[in-house]
Amino acid sequence: MEFFSPTDLLGSSPILALGIFSLIALMANALLKNSARVVFFISVAGILAAIGCAVSIFPMNATAFSDMLLVGGYASFFSVLFLVIALFSMFIAKPYLEREQFHYGEYYVLIMLATIGMVMLGSSADLITAFLGIEMMSVSFYVLAGYFRGKLSSNESALKYFLLGAFATGFLLYGIALIYGTTGTTNLLRIVTMYPQAFNDPLHIIGWGLILIGFGFKVAAVPFHMWVPDVYEGAPTPVTAFMSTGGKAAAFSVFVITFSVPMSMRDERLIMILAVLSAASMLLGNWFGLSQTNLKRMLAYSSIAHAGYMIIGIASASSIGQQGIAFYLVSYALTNLGAFGIITMLEKENGGNLNYEDYAGLGKRKPGLAALLAMFMFSLTGIPPFAGFIGKYYLFASAVQSHLTWLAILGVITSLFSTYYYLRIIVYMYFREATNHEEIILPKLTFVTVILCGAGIVLFGIFPSLIFDLMKSIF
Amino acid sequence: MIPLSHYLLLSAFLFSCGVLGVVVRRNAIIVFMCIEMMLNAVNLSLVAFGQFLGDATGQMLVFFVMVVAAAEAAVGLAIIISLFRNKQTVNIDEINILKW
Repeated sequence: MEFFSPTDLLGSSPILALGIFSLIALMANALLKNSARVVFFISVAGILAAIGCAVSIFPMNATAFSDMLLVGGYASFFSVLFLVIALFSMFIAKPYLEREQFHYGEYYVLIMLATIGMVMLGSSADLITAFLGIEMMSVSFYVLAGYFRGKLSSNESALKYFLLGAFATGFLLYGIALIYGTTGTTNLLRIVTMYPQAFNDPLHIIGWGLILIGFGFKVAAVPFHMWVPDVYEGAPTPVTAFMSTGGKAAAFSVFVITFSVPMSMRDERLIMILAVLSAASMLLGNWFGLSQTNLKRMLAYSSIAHAGYMIIGIASASSIGQQGIAFYLVSYALTNLGAFGIITMLEKENGGNLNYEDYAGLGKRKPGLAALLAMFMFSLTGIPPFAGFIGKYYLFASAVQSHLTWLAILGVITSLFSTYYYLRIIVYMYFREATNHEEIILPKLTFVTVILCGAGIVLFGIFPSLIFDLMKSIF
Repeated sequence: MIPLSHYLLLSAFLFSCGVLGVVVRRNAIIVFMCIEMMLNAVNLSLVAFGQFLGDATGQMLVFFVMVVAAAEAAVGLAIIISLFRNKQTVNIDEINILKW
């Protein structure tokens, strides 16, 4: 009997590449002195190798390890997205950690380990791989959130994230157990065929409900959002950038795959539950966003609201909705990485310079930086020609197509709310006089990353077909 | 033979105790123990399902859950210790410099 087929090895090659390189990086970190730079380069090499693997298996459309992992297509698309996010967040992190004098190699290793979890999530065809991926990602995030171990805010953020994340895992796992018990399999491809019979079993429906709670926590949807603002505010800023983009994208990629099973029945009750989750997230996220003064906290509430927009795509249960989610995740990742990149450049020690007032007069002091930040805020609001607009357009269109017009209207109205707090920062940058005149030093690596993000959102905003053509072969 | 429903009821009871503990208790370590109890309640139902379905997936999944729980315990206790070093408390009501 053979244990591995070539498809298995090829299909898991991005995971294997990341795993091997993270072990090499860990060894280098243990054996060399002053190894942070070396580990950084090993990690970048590992991520580039994994991107190469993921791109090369894109045309394959198969499953590996007896239907445990998806190979190619959808899985490759999301793997590349997660890997690019990881790469950019490393670029943002390096100058920041050097400035904070807390630059150790473990940081990059943890980012790579979390990325392994994400790649597993994006390619999971089985509830077991979904569970393992979520845990691998989350456990790395708990450590990363508490990375500044001498800082109370970082400790507190890690503890809150850990307790609530592990709590959510319990629900997710119970849901998996009930679905396994009522269908006799954990494989999503096989549950689809079992679904019509199992659907009459209340235990099965409870199982899906519990899984929904687990995913709700991970994607930060209301009413499972309590951890988000505290964790995002307390964690080191580059970690927040990574969690809010990579973590959210990974959670959504598995949310879409998993819920395509119960959504295939087009059950009105489930659509209603998802629509209400989405509406609540959009309303509460944007409502609390209005009153924030701290930028990291504002972006945390904005992240809740964006989770709401993306759940529209799942509730509409159409391929246009799924494409909308995938596009939205790309644009959201680039936008948020760029915005957080700018925040890391301007942040002062001990969480200073994070309020709206601190950005007063930035338009005169650093015009380039201010213009980029303004672009990111426009994209988050959903103003053309930036990528955020196209993503929202597709999601709202999918809602209208699936007779959820009220959800689309609510989405537009809440986007209108959100302009207040996104554009407020632009008002501060351009129409207020600067209060402090300290020299701003821009680290080159972060600045280049931010420019790349900006270029990405303009490019995908003007030529969205670059991504949609790719996705036609996926969904 | 004990019917499946008995196992499931016990598992549901243990799970609810865990959830209640997480919501009610204020000591971070006890909250963590309650989370472990939730995971082990799930293990119980997985093993029972696996036995009654005559399928090994359930038992196998239990091993994965145990590994994950061990990893979570290592990370979680480390986080609680680093917090205790800075603040000398594990009461989650006193851990409030970020507003809830």
